Formats: sequence, C-alpha cells, structure tokens
Amino acid sequence: MSVVVTTPVPTPTTSAPARRPKVRTERLSARASNAGLQVAVIALTLAWTVPTLGLLINSFRSGGAFNTSGWWTALAPPFKFTLDSYRHVLGASDLAPSFFNSFMITIPATIIPTAIAAFAAYAFSWMKFWGRDWIFLALVGLLAVPLQLTFIPLLTLAVHFGLTSGNTLPLGLNAGFLAIWIAHTGYGLPFSIYLLANFFRVLPQDLFESAEIDGAGPVTVFFRLILPLSVPAIASLVIFQFLWVWNDLLVALIYIGGTPEVAPLTVTLTNLVGSLGQNIQYLTAAAFVSMIVPLIVFFALQRYFVRGILAGSVKG
Amino acid sequence: MGRLTRLLAAMAIVVLGVTACGSSTTSSGQIGGTVHVLGTWSGAEKDSFDAVMKPFTDQTGVKISFEATRDLGPILQTKIAAGNPPDITAAPGIGTLIQLARAGKVVALDDKLDMSQLNANYGADWINLGKVDGKLVTLYAWAALKGLVWYDPKAFQAKGYQVPKTWDDLMALQTRIKSDGGKPWCVAMENQAASGWPGTDWVKEIVLSQSGPTVYDKWWQGKQKWTSSEIKQAWTTWGSILGPGDSNVYGGSQYMIATTFGDGGQGLFSSPPKCYMFNQGSFITSFFDGYTPKPVAGTDYAVFPLPDVNSSNAGAHVLAGDAFVMTKDTPQARAMLKYLATAQAQDIWVKRGGGKIAINKQVSLSDYPDPISKSLAQVVVDTKIGRYDAGDLMPSDMQSAYWSAALKFAQNQSQLDSILADLDKKQVTAYASP
Amino acid sequence: MSTPLTGLPTLQVDWQTLLTVNLPALMLVVIGVPLVLAAYIVGADILVRRLPKRSQVSVRPWVWVGPAIVIVGVILVYPMFGTIFRSLFDRHGSTFVGLGNFTRLLTDGGILIVLRNNLLWLLLYPGLVLIFGLLLAVLADRVPYEKPVKSLIFMPLAISFVAMAIIWQFMYYYRPPDVAQTGTLNAIVVNLFHGQPQTWVQDTRYNNFALIFIGVWGATGFAMVILSAALKGIPGELLEAARVDGANELTVFRRIILPLMMPTIVVVGTTMVIFALKAFDVVYVMTAGNYNTDILARRMYAELYSAGNNANASTLAVILLLAVVPVLIFNLRQFRAVESRR
Repeated sequence: MSVVVTTPVPTPTTSAPARRPKVRTERLSARASNAGLQVAVIALTLAWTVPTLGLLINSFRSGGAFNTSGWWTALAPPFKFTLDSYRHVLGASDLAPSFFNSFMITIPATIIPTAIAAFAAYAFSWMKFWGRDWIFLALVGLLAVPLQLTFIPLLTLAVHFGLTSGNTLPLGLNAGFLAIWIAHTGYGLPFSIYLLANFFRVLPQDLFESAEIDGAGPVTVFFRLILPLSVPAIASLVIFQFLWVWNDLLVALIYIGGTPEVAPLTVTLTNLVGSLGQNIQYLTAAAFVSMIVPLIVFFALQRYFVRGILAGSVKG
Repeated sequence: MGRLTRLLAAMAIVVLGVTACGSSTTSSGQIGGTVHVLGTWSGAEKDSFDAVMKPFTDQTGVKISFEATRDLGPILQTKIAAGNPPDITAAPGIGTLIQLARAGKVVALDDKLDMSQLNANYGADWINLGKVDGKLVTLYAWAALKGLVWYDPKAFQAKGYQVPKTWDDLMALQTRIKSDGGKPWCVAMENQAASGWPGTDWVKEIVLSQSGPTVYDKWWQGKQKWTSSEIKQAWTTWGSILGPGDSNVYGGSQYMIATTFGDGGQGLFSSPPKCYMFNQGSFITSFFDGYTPKPVAGTDYAVFPLPDVNSSNAGAHVLAGDAFVMTKDTPQARAMLKYLATAQAQDIWVKRGGGKIAINKQVSLSDYPDPISKSLAQVVVDTKIGRYDAGDLMPSDMQSAYWSAALKFAQNQSQLDSILADLDKKQVTAYASP
Repeated sequence: MSTPLTGLPTLQVDWQTLLTVNLPALMLVVIGVPLVLAAYIVGADILVRRLPKRSQVSVRPWVWVGPAIVIVGVILVYPMFGTIFRSLFDRHGSTFVGLGNFTRLLTDGGILIVLRNNLLWLLLYPGLVLIFGLLLAVLADRVPYEKPVKSLIFMPLAISFVAMAIIWQFMYYYRPPDVAQTGTLNAIVVNLFHGQPQTWVQDTRYNNFALIFIGVWGATGFAMVILSAALKGIPGELLEAARVDGANELTVFRRIILPLMMPTIVVVGTTMVIFALKAFDVVYVMTAGNYNTDILARRMYAELYSAGNNANASTLAVILLLAVVPVLIFNLRQFRAVESRR
C-alpha cells in the first residue's frame, strides 16, 4: 500500500525499524523461550487442523470405508483412495449455476454492508451528533436479535414489495437477489459498524486535525485517510462478511429459495445427501469444493495483514 | 391473464385428468407453466422424483421447480405466514399440516381431484388419512412399511434359528440367542436433530398390535394419557425386547443412543454377527447399500414383519409415506396432484426401489424390482389394520418430546414412570390449539 | 471400495449461459454496487456543502449514519418491536398477559437446565476463544511461518455448518469397545491410553464441554484474525524501543501490547459473549437439546417452529436481549474511556 498523505508524522520518530528477530536471538533465554513458543504454536495449529484433516482424508475414501475404520488408517498401505465423492459432487448438474448464484448473492452482500458500515463507523468515531453513543450502543445490542424471529415479518415485507425470486427487476436482475442483499446487509451491519468504529476510533487525532487545516472535507478524509489506514480491519471484516454469507443456508432458503435458478452452493451441496442422511460421503467432498472460494478470498486478503501500515503509510 | 387462457387451461386439465387415468395419451394435454414444489428429497430420492415427473412434464409442458430443504416445517411456516407459499408441498409432519389446514392455509382437494377415480384406486384408509375435519387436504403418493425385522438368513441358518411367527416365538428366539452367547438385537437411534425416532417406532408398533387401533388413534389424537395402562404396557413390552439393563441389545444403551440409525444394521453382517435382528422401516435398504461390503438383498439380508403382540389385532401394521398438500391453487398444481395419484406415476417410484410401496391399487406386484420389495408390497396388501406413523401424526413438539423420551428410556428403563408423566404434561400444552 | 484413480472429476458447465447471461450480470453487480454506494456519499456531501455552514455540522453526521440506521431499522428494529409486543400477549396473540409469559417460563422446571447451559457457554466460549485467539495472534506473529499457521487456524471458518457437523461426528463418534474405533477422540482414548470409548455427545458429565469446544474451534480463527489486525496496528517502533530498553517479552506484552489491544479485545469479547447467548447451530445439530444440552436459542427455535408458540419464542428472545444489557453498559464505559484519552 503506498498512500500519499501530506501530513506530518504523528508517531514517535525512531529510525527505520530494525529486524526484530536478530535482536531477540542474541539472548540465550530468549532462544529457549523461542523454542517453547514454536512448540506451542505448532501444537495448537495441529490440534486445530486434525478435525479438518480427518474430513479431507475421508473425502478421498469410499462411504463404506469411513464407517468401519478411522480416517488415519487410510494413511497406511494399502492406499485405497478414490475420487468417487468428488466425481459425484462436481458432476451434479446444478453445481456451476449455483456457484454463480453464490457469487451473485455474496459479493454485493459483502460490499454493501462493509461500505455502509464504514460510513457509519466514521460518523460514530469522528463526528459529534445528538444521541451518538446511545445509537451506537443500541446497534451493538442488536447483535443479539435472533435472526429466526425476523424471518416472517421481513419476508412479508419482501412479498409486499415484490422482492421474491419469482419477479424480475430492471436489467434482468432476479428480485430475490435484492431481497437477500438487503437482509444480509441488515444482519451484518451491527457487527461491521462495531468492529470498524473500534478501529477508526484509535487512529491518531492529530492526523485529522492537520487534514482539516489543509482544507480536506470529510469525504476526502474518509477516502484518503480512514480507509487506507484501516486496511487490516476492513480486510478482516470483508473476509468475515463474505464467509458468513457464502456459508449461509437458512437465510438463503427463506429469502430466495432453493430452486436451481437462484439456489446458492450451500443449498445445492446439502441436497447431495439423502433426506434421511444417506450418502453422507458426498458432503465430505462437497465441504472442500465449497471451501475453495472462501480460502482464496482469505489468501488474497491475507497480504494486507502486515505490520505498520499506519506508520508506513504516514511516512509515504 | 385473460379469461380465454384460463378457460383453455381448465379444459386442458379435464383432458389431462382423462389421459392420466389410463386412456391413451394425447398431445392436447398441454398446460405449460411451472409448479413450484417444496420438499425434502435430495440425492437419489430427488432423482427418483425427477424420473416420476418427467412423463408429466412431457405430457403437459408443466415444468417442475423443485426446492429441497431438510428444515421443511420452519421454511414452509415462514413462507406461508409471509404470503409466499409454494404451489405444492411435500408434507412430512402431518401434525403441522393439521394446524395449517385448520387455519385455512392449505387447499381442500375434494373438488380439485377426480374423487371417483381416487376412490376406485385408493384404499379408503389412505384417503381418510388425508382428511382433516372431513375435508381431503393431503394426497398420499406412496407408502413405506414400518415394523420390519431385518436379519441375515445365513446367520439364522448357521444357528438353526427359525423366523418367529408369533410374539412368543420371538421371545423364545431372544432367549435362545442369548443362551447361545449372542445378542438378539441391534438398536440405533442417533439421527442428529431427530434422534430417538427409531426407538419410538418400536413403541408405536407395539401399541397398535397390542392394544388395537382404537387406543392407537386416541393416543395420537391426544385423548389417551401416556401414563394409561395401555401405553405404559407398550413401553414395558419394548423394555422386554431391550432386556433388563438393555442386555438384549448389542453395545447396550451407549451404542443405542450414540449410533446413527443408518449404521445400526452393520452388526448383522459382521462375522460372527454382533446381533441377529434389526427393526427398521423399508427404506433402510438404501443405507444397507452403502455398507462395505455391500450386502445383497435375499442372500445377505431378508425381512419378516414384527409378529402380532396380541392375536386379536392380527395383521396390524404401522405405515408411513410421503404426502402432498396444495398450498396454492393453480391449474398446474392440480394437474400435478392428479398425476401423482395415477398408477403411471407410482409405478415409476416403485420400480426405482428405495423401499417405496405404491398406494394406487392398479400398480402390479410384478413391478417391484426385487423379491424383498415385492414381499413388502404383499404385506401392505394383506394389512388388515393399517395405521399411519403415530409420531408423525402428533403435533411436532409432542413428537420431539416422544423422541427424547425414547432416548431417556433406553438409557434407564426404571425411569419410565417419570418419563411418561412428563409426556402427559407435554400432551396438555402440545394439543392446545395454536 | 478400491476404485482406481482413473477418470478425473469433471465439472458440468453450460458455457453459453455462463458467458452470455451470468458473467455480464455479475460484472454489472461488481461494478454497479460500489458505484452506487460511492455516488451516494459523494453526492450527499455535495448537497450538504450547499447548506449554511451552521446546519452542515448538524446534518452531515446523519448523511453518514443514515443508510445504516434505515436498513437496521427495517431489518432488525422493526421485527424486534413485534417480538417485544408478542411477548406480552398469550400464544393466540389476543389476550394481554403482561409479564405473565416471563414468570411462567422462568418458573418452569425445564428452563433451569437451559439457563445453566447458557451460563456454561457464556463463561467458557468467549473465554476460551479469546485466550486461544490472543495466544495465536501474538505467538504466530513471532514465527517465520505465520501465514501457514494462520491459514490453518482460520480454516474452520471457511467450512459450512453442514460440513462442520460431519467433521465433529468423525471426531466424537462412538463405537463399542469390541470393534475398531472410527472416531478420532475415542481412537486416542482407546489405542493410546487403553481406556474405554466414551459417548462424548451423550454423556451428561461432559457433553456440554464437548459441544462448547466445537464452537470454540469454529470461532478461534475469527478472534485471531481480528486481534491480529489490531496487533499489526501497533507501531513496530514502540515495541522495538521497549525491547532496546531491556524489557523482556512478557513485560512488552503486558505493558504495551495488551493495553493497546484492549479496545479490540473488548470488541471480540463482546461479540463472543453475544454469540454465546445466541449459540444455536451446534446444539441443534449435534443433540437437538437432548441429554441436558438445551440452550436458549434452540429452545426458542423449537417454541417458534415446532410448538408454534409465538409468545414463548418471543419471550425467550426478549430474555436474550435483556441479557445483553450488562455487556452494553460495560461497552459504554470502555467507549467513554477511549474517548477521554484522546
């Protein structure tokens, strides 16, 4: 990120950051603690990975095999792996359209709440207005509203305004998509505003003062200062909102339905398994097929989680 | 939509009604449009549904837009409450549907279907089952048989065991298996949010066969107390199957409550067998197909109906099935329901297996794909006292309490009195009108 | 069983629809949606600038918070008021019963176990998520393989809930002692420690912990990512200066990192507390509330859809909303503290 900011440096002016690990490894006790640290990190990571690893390995075994022996037995010879589950999942005729539907639902349902939350969080953290703190708290409190209770009143509204998947809006947009974007925006906003306001609030004040002196309006400050300085926070928010919407099943079924022309991936993949739970092995492969996109998003945004964006950008 | 189109559509239905009921198919049955169907099938069942509906779409031009969910009750209730119902809904929980019917949210079918055709092709029980307060609201499309005991004929032969004909035979067989050092039964009740239902199957099968249809009907209608001697006796009879401390069951209570019901049959096929008998509905064969190695129908497994507990109720069987309701009255929806009632449609279902048994009497026994499904269809034909799954007929929170009760009973049979007292308390609130 | 690895899986794609219908629609949305949003804020600001200087200051904030308040008002506040309203009436919605639903529900014997379980969730779930999340954020920052570590911890978040239920079925599955264990945990207990297989989900001695751990496993990546974003926001020079001054790592953590991260820890903690109150999926799927594992949100779901008792469901939802109030008060104080520091 190279952001040009024409303001004085607010952070303590030390020399360019030295490479920390070098300093640390010079000390013996530090080396011992470093070993302990590595063990802790690796142990925790392993513990967190084993459940998913089990699923991954079972997705390459036949359904009958993982009912009679544990996934770890597949790691010893004879290696009886099969791509059957993947062949079945990828061969499902509705898969490609539902991939598209998932994007069609998830991308706007991520962009809209993130942008609207960023607008609001900016006002909540850097503007003064009547009832600000209380409105903010009420928003946080709304995180506790159980979504199930909103379904009937909101779907009634959607039906009233014709926002159901049977209707078509201008430009050929299925009206159900608009309904689900708005719903996901509403469900996602409390957390998004809460998270972003927290990050915006701790940005150094003198930055804003000097910007104002330079005559920058709030729009300029927002796009030129707030957004670039909060990249890690925004990146993590985008990831979460994307994941929640991508993995959502219930909200999709309520607002847009499970018919093939609008059904997202979660609906299609759940339907690979029989209504009584037959052929559960297909879900093992389906889990990894549906994970691909969220993981790509995570890896793509992970590069924004770097130290010193604040200091670095200010130095320009 | 103009009046003319509507008239044409209505005429088309009349034509279809005739063609679908056996006479030669004509191409003038074109209706066009779409039926929006909400159901629970997916996987192989959905493929079967598609296969069943294909001739209908070919004949009428009506496309089927199928929406599947395993949370059918909540989704349906939400859609109906919001004024956005599907046209046709597959109804798993009849209890919920009774409530919807009373609230006028489902369409009465008496003047939508050809009743004389239906009366000719359907047994009166199956039609009456679909009635709420005298109006036909539910159309049954096929049946599944419950109360079936699956066993491995090779294992029976090796030990010289005979298929029990009477309840006493069954009790004697239990004792003999135990004295041979084996376990008579496998029982598996885990099914995530619906855990416990396989245990409740036992109880309802015993209630029907032991105390007869009158008690059975009063019971699911909420007019028979759980603590009454008849219902309590059914539970203790199930207890005599499980044995003291679940000693008749492979793996005891831990196995029963922690094992997925579909895996429960595996014990039959291991060598030596972990257990010799497994009680489950006709659809269990679709799970057997997933075992390794895959057991072969007839060779590796066979089936007998649970013997009559009380000979005065001989030939009593608990049935289940899939039913359809019309949640929005459209010409396409009417045409689809009419089609589903035909032998043509039900013939496709049964030929595709999966333990489905036709309700339309015109479907011939010779259409069943294997000897086992044929013998099950024969049992249904011979059924003297047929009753629908009581749990499915109860209000859904009564049903979930019943499921939980089966789990509790399997864990500790001595708690029966307090379990039944709790069910009585639930009965009071569950049957209060919504 | 041993199908050879021949014939790679292929995806069925209708390329024509994809390229001519779907992709253009998607492009339109990807470009159009951000454009509309940016146009709103820039356009609104231009309008505000036309106002007299005095009213600009009072109008401008509402331009920025307006869209959020309108959407949240429709999507969350409007249904919430309906809920509060219904909680004061009987199940038919016709007779006003005041707080009658509350007293009846709270004196029902069954609710005690539900409240106890929610308390367990409330104590353990946010606590463990924060501890593991913070530990991983801070520790992973100091190892050269930070990215793979974080990716692996993050992985559970990318898994849909349906798949998560299967994963944990593989972890907790019970098989009798006389056959091979297929559940990971029981295999460890039996093969490594020569113990008896356990019914992790059904045994009332520890099943709540087993369920809560599923939640913790799923949410730790979430906490780690946010806490890590906060950690990266701490200027490296600050930490360097302290280290040069001879402070050891523990002191650096306690005196510099922890205070600077506190607002974010409060955010994650608050979110987790609310999620613990609302916990639903894990219990719904794994036990349906059986074996003494029921919790408020699942009970509410059952009242709503299976009992069809709107009054009870609404009452439980209101109890949930009220339980959040202490958390909000704590947040307000934290909020003001940050405010006063700048």
